[in-house]
Amino acid sequence: MHWTTCDRPGHSLCVALLTRARPTPAQNARAKGPSTVGQKVVMAATGILLVLFLVAHMLGNLKVFAGASAFGEYAQWLRRLGDPVLPQTAYLWIQRVVLLLAVGGHIWAATALTLRARRARPVRYAHRRPVRGSYAARTMRWGGVIIVLFVIYHILDLTTGHLNPVADPANPYATVVADFAPGRWYVTLFYGLAVVAIGFHLRHGVYSALRTLGQQTSRGERRARAFALALSVLLCGGYLAVPFAVLTGVVR
Amino acid sequence: MNLTLRVWRQAGPETRGRMVTYRVEEVSPEMSFLELLDVLNERLTLAGEEPVAFDHDCREGICGMCGIVINGVPHGPQPATTACQLHMRHFSDGDTIDVEPWRARAFPVVKDLVVDRGAFDRIIRAGGYISAPTGSAPDAHATPVPKPDADAAFEAAACIGCGACVAACPNGSGMLFTAAKITHLGLLPQGQPERSERVRGMIEAHDAAGFGGCTNTGECAIACPKGIPLTTIGRLNADYLAAVRGRQQ
Repeated sequence: MHWTTCDRPGHSLCVALLTRARPTPAQNARAKGPSTVGQKVVMAATGILLVLFLVAHMLGNLKVFAGASAFGEYAQWLRRLGDPVLPQTAYLWIQRVVLLLAVGGHIWAATALTLRARRARPVRYAHRRPVRGSYAARTMRWGGVIIVLFVIYHILDLTTGHLNPVADPANPYATVVADFAPGRWYVTLFYGLAVVAIGFHLRHGVYSALRTLGQQTSRGERRARAFALALSVLLCGGYLAVPFAVLTGVVR
Repeated sequence: MNLTLRVWRQAGPETRGRMVTYRVEEVSPEMSFLELLDVLNERLTLAGEEPVAFDHDCREGICGMCGIVINGVPHGPQPATTACQLHMRHFSDGDTIDVEPWRARAFPVVKDLVVDRGAFDRIIRAGGYISAPTGSAPDAHATPVPKPDADAAFEAAACIGCGACVAACPNGSGMLFTAAKITHLGLLPQGQPERSERVRGMIEAHDAAGFGGCTNTGECAIACPKGIPLTTIGRLNADYLAAVRGRQQ
């Protein structure tokens, strides 16, 4: 394949040959749906929205250390947010709809890219060295599935209260403390593993989103990787602090 | 050195292939990997068997013709080295070595280790060039190019189009190849007029060829024998976003 030399300006014969074979606009218009790069942009944009939610959610969780009344007030404030312009809990529902759309877009893009990747290599390698990139990059897809399962459980546990022993909407503090009680260590363990899975997901995801949105210098790459790692560690720490505090009796 | 090779044998595009085991004895450590295949083929020919088909041309590491997956790694274990420049001294006596073709739907197997890399030509045809006839080479200082841009463009232009990036990618994506061309042409003044048309056309051709999408795992840049940096893909993404936004205005 010697055409790389044809990229040289002035290599007129090759340029002429290539120009003749150029696809017409009609051929260009044939693709339907977003390109693979477009799908990645959907992935990055929805991912950023979800990360912003994770940051806000973590800050809210940490209110538990300010005591039962402060935590309860925060929960009430979330319901009143937007008052008097919006009715009670209206803001929460807006946020839920936006998050649901973001999750939907994220899963759609992930599924489309995964199916495309499967089709792109119909015959597998007989000898395949494991992917040398980070553990986080390797586990994005299964990690994502685990996170979805956790989020479903988490909503049934602490939002709707179906799987919670207390489930008192008027007393979120007691609900959280009962949830992570030492007797329910398996809940805490599952919660902890899910948080770590989210941490790994974000370690590659945040870096990957920045790259998808155009980060292109090697200095910026180092910064993006460091930022992704720092954010993942911070979020993991913030989310693990609450169950750990309940388990050890710091919060009761 | 005595080696055991397990080589992918496939008689044609439509036939089923399989790994076939061969013993190759008295291999010199000074041989290149392709010379090892030459030796194997001489013996197969003498024995009246069909030699192993593989692509090769310059054997200097600059043409991009050779491309085989050796023990699961495109171009074998040495970093920044094509298969033709890989020497047998990097292997040990008694090793079993697996030799396979690039595995991608966009690169169908023609025979044994030879794949059809025409998909890369179709990506280039969709915009990987500058269409203005510029006559003979202009004076070097006629169009000033900042030194960092010239260096980055040259780094990307070092792509030989071998396809190792596709072979290494867990998604079978051709994004590093496409990004190398986008970066190379997009950094130079001559590439500016067609910059947005180029990125849209090349991505469309990339997707239409059946390559997978990029997920930024970075396997491609590790496998690349020419060290094309992963940052080129960020540049492609930025160009693509700018081009798509420009079209909507």
